[in-house]
Order: sequence, then C-alpha cells, then structure tokens
Amino acid sequence: MDHSPQKRMLVGALSTLGALGALTFSASALAQEIDHAKAAIEFEKFRAEMEDSNPSELFELKGEELWKAKRGPKNVSLAESCDLGQGIGKIEGAYVQMPRYFADADAVMDAERRIVWCMVEKQGFKFDDIAKKPFATDTFTPDATNLVTYVAAHSKNMKIAVPLKDPKVKEAWEIGKEMAAYRAGPYDFSCNTCHGTDGKRIRMQDLPNLATAAGAIKGVQGWPGYRMTGGIQLTHQWRMTDCFRQQRFPAPKYTSDAIAYLLTYMIGNANGQVYKGPGIKR
Amino acid sequence: MTKKIILAAMAALTALPATSVLADADYRAKAIAVIKKDFVPRGQADLDRLAEDGVHAICNRTGNNPPAEIAKVLEGDQMADVKWPADGKLMGNWKKGESLAQSGRGFTWSDKPGLPVGGNCYNCHQINPKETSYGTIGPSLLHFGKLRGNTPEIQKYVYGKIFNAKAYNLCSEMPRFGRVEALKPEQIKDLVALLLDPESPVNK
Ligand code: HEC
Ligand code: HEC
Repeated sequence: MDHSPQKRMLVGALSTLGALGALTFSASALAQEIDHAKAAIEFEKFRAEMEDSNPSELFELKGEELWKAKRGPKNVSLAESCDLGQGIGKIEGAYVQMPRYFADADAVMDAERRIVWCMVEKQGFKFDDIAKKPFATDTFTPDATNLVTYVAAHSKNMKIAVPLKDPKVKEAWEIGKEMAAYRAGPYDFSCNTCHGTDGKRIRMQDLPNLATAAGAIKGVQGWPGYRMTGGIQLTHQWRMTDCFRQQRFPAPKYTSDAIAYLLTYMIGNANGQVYKGPGIKR
Repeated sequence: MTKKIILAAMAALTALPATSVLADADYRAKAIAVIKKDFVPRGQADLDRLAEDGVHAICNRTGNNPPAEIAKVLEGDQMADVKWPADGKLMGNWKKGESLAQSGRGFTWSDKPGLPVGGNCYNCHQINPKETSYGTIGPSLLHFGKLRGNTPEIQKYVYGKIFNAKAYNLCSEMPRFGRVEALKPEQIKDLVALLLDPESPVNK
C-alpha cells in the first residue's frame, strides 16, 4: 500500500518540530521541563490535525474488505463465521470488550489473537504462515493488522469494558499483573521498571504507568495505529513484542497467552475510559 | 555458597507474615509457567534470559522490597564480585565516558552480538547539562562531583555502583553493567570521570 503523501507530510511536520525544539531548548532544568511539555503539545496538535485524514482509515478499508470476503482454503468470510464475543459477524463494541474468554478456544483472547484464531479455525489458513510475518514492514501490511484496525474502528468513542468479572478473565489479569512485575534478563528489567511509576521518561519519551487507569488508557489509545516513525500500521501485539525487545528478553510468541494476559492486565486497568479508535502514534 | 544463601533467604521469605506476598504466589507461579512456554529465542536473546537469578528471585517475590537482613546478605554477595581495576586508578577519560553514557545500544535481539554495548545512562539519568534529552527513571546526576566531592571513597562508590548497582541497593532498577560484562573496567572508569572529574561538564 502506498502512503507516501502522508509520509512526506509527516517528515515535514517532524522537522518543523525538531527545529522548534532546537530553538527553544535552553540550559536550565525548568526550561527543559517546559520545553518537553511544549514538544508534547506541539506533537499533540499535529496529531489532532492528522486525525481528519487519519491514515488508519486506509487500513480500516482494507480490513473491511478482508472481513467480508470469502477467503482461505475453506472459502468462508469472517463476517459469516467469526464471533468476537458479540455474536457471529458482530463487530460493534467488540474491540473495547476484549480481551475476553472464548469457550470454543478455551482461552482468553485479545482482538488480534481472536481474529487470527478465526482465520485459522474458520477460514483454514495456517497459523505458521500468519506468524511468519506478523507485523507490518515498509512494503507489507499483514491481513490481521488490517482486520484488527477495522474491528477497532467499530469501537470508536466507546468505553473500555474488559469483562473482569469473568473468573477466567480475572485470572488472566492477575497473571498479567505478575508478568508485568517479573524481572529477569541481563538488565534485570520488568515492564514495571519503565512503566510502574507515574511521570517517568526514557530520554524524551513519556512512559505511562500501566497500573493506573490514566496510564493504562495511554497504552491503549491510538492502537492499532499509524506509527509516524517508520510510517507503518502497527498493533498492540507489536507494541508488547517490541517492549520485550527493549526489556532484553527473548521474543514472545505471536498471539500467545503471554501477550493476551499482559493486554488483559493493561486494558483491564483502563476499564471505564473512552477509546477513541485507531490512531496515530509517535 | 551463593546458592545456599539464596535457599536460606527463600526459606526465610516463605516464613514471612506478609499475607499479600503469599496470596500473589499462586499467580506468580502461573506467570512464570506462561513465560516459560510462550517465548522463543531470537538473535542473541536466548531463553536462558528468562530464568531468575538470586537477586531477581528475591526482588520478584517481595515487590522489590526485601527484608533488610536478606538484602544485606545478598548485597554482600553482589559486592564480592565487583572487579576493581588492576592499576588501582578509578578515574578515566570523561569524554569517552560521555559517549558511552549516550549510547543505548546493546543486548536486544536486534543488536549484533559482540558489538560494544552502550551505557544507557541518559535513558534514565540527567547528567551533562548540554544533553536535554534524558530520562527520569533514575535521579539526576547533574553536578554529581560538585555535590559529592571527588575523594577516593566517592570514586570507589561510583565505580562500584556502575559495576553492580545491586551491591548497594538490592532491587535497584539500575542494571549491573560490570557483572553482566556490558561494560569493561576501563569503560566504567571513563564513566566515573564523567561524573566526578572537575573538568567534566557535569561539574561546571
Ligand atoms: C527499558 C524500558 C521499557 C521496558 C522494560 C518496557 N517498556 Fe514499554 N515502552 C518503553 C518506551 C521507551 C516506549 C515508547 C514510548 C513512546 O513511543 O512514546 C514504550 C511504550 C509502551 C506502550 C505504548 C504506550 C503508548 O503511549 O502508546 C505500552 C502499552 C508499553 N510500552 C507496555 C509495556 C509492557 C507491557 C512492557 C513489559 C512487557 C514494557 N512496556 C516494557 C520502554 C519500556
Ligand atoms: C534503567 C535505568 C537506569 C540506567 C540505564 C542507569 N541507571 Fe543509574 N540509577 C538508576 C536508579 C533508579 C538509581 C537510584 C536507585 C539506586 O540507587 O539504585 C540509580 C542510581 C545511580 C547512581 C547513584 C546516585 C546517588 O545519588 O548515589 C549513580 C552514580 C548512577 N546511577 C550512575 C549511572 C550510570 C553512570 C549509568 C550508565 C552506565 C546508569 N546509572 C544507568 C537507574 C538507572
């Protein structure tokens, strides 16, 4: 898919931002804090502007096509076979009510995991083929990414409502919470090293505290999203995977329990907050 | 030796009255089981990275707040394997220290194994006033030498802290750069100079 006009626009806007930063940054600590806030505000303005021509919409459209088309070895559509928790083919509000427990799979599943499960079980695609290239590159956007963007768009402006009253979901939340605190690896990092306290940063990047509602929603908002650095569409599954990379861990398996439980913890902590739909990430 | 201490420490932990710690134990065991089954090796990041060492085991089980007696024993253990420079000099070249502090490279599955690893210091600390892009997971180290002096004791502390932060604070969020051989003694000396040398911009 070609999205070079957006890319050019982004590069332009980013270099303006960069110049602004260089001009206004001064030596005193207070001024630095103010400048940091300014950069964040500028970025936010720019992001808001982009929202009119939200690049995520391109992926949404592609996802809609994929959702409705008869595909795979079994030649069925997801629209006529896939239950995201609201009934077969129903997508309104499905995204904000996942992860949830699915009895047919006997697993707690986030949206992407469930969609991939449907592609395998209902349409007959091979999981290993899907998992070979799970995330977008410069030249390729996986079907699951387009599909999850389409589904997420149908939860726009709805409140997050992960069904934590379901004991299976609650257990996933508890396990996810422990996983977020689990320190190991050469640098002794856990998720909480970087995301366990309010108001921390790595360099200039704000790190949301995933234990709080205000922090957790920051980790949910804008995903799946168009990532300005790189100009590609990425999902929550990607975000979790890349943070494990930063944590110096080995790689989590695509659509595994590990990722589903972490997402249950994080999205569950954002319950009650309004999800604004697929977006744009820095 | 280390194993025995850890075992003793673990036994002491289970005897603790802290009920919340015990209530979480079940979920923790499940979390560890999930972590064991759901990862694959990638690049230089092998599955052995998922295992807890003694420090992880204690910190993970106490919410990073171990009982003082256990912390003291294990900190001593960590201190025992700090390698001090052969020539006894603890301060190197602050300019080299600055570029090490800047680099965040190293140890991820996308890094080439064997390439020199960075210090990551600016990811977590304010250091040189000229560098405005710094993280805040650790305290500001601006004017560190000006504030703390440049005595042999403080040099020894800073060298040891960078070599193994857990020798001073068992569940510190700061990596153990020397212990895991991310940084060599020579490099750590350069970082000591960055923080303590009166000529370093940190102390201007
Ligand atoms: C070494 C530090 C570090 C560790 C460890 C880490 N992260 Fe991150 N995380 C980051 C950085 C840096 C970003 C990027 C922030 C940005 O782009 O603005 C980020 C971004 C995120 C985001 C997206 C936030 C947003 O604004 O959309 C989520 C969600 C997240 N991390 C979750 C996790 C989880 C879950 C773990 C544990 C598996 C984890 N992180 C481990 C540093 C870390
Ligand atoms: C992941 C974040 C992180 C990284 C990376 C990191 N530190 Fe730290 N550092 C901390 C934290 C948190 C503390 C405070 C807690 C403690 O004392 O352990 C600290 C404390 C220190 C202290 C003691 C400060 C005092 O007041 O006594 C020094 C010195 C220090 N760091 C130097 C460094 C240097 C040099 C580097 C780069 C090689 C570095 N740190 C990398 C998180 C980090």
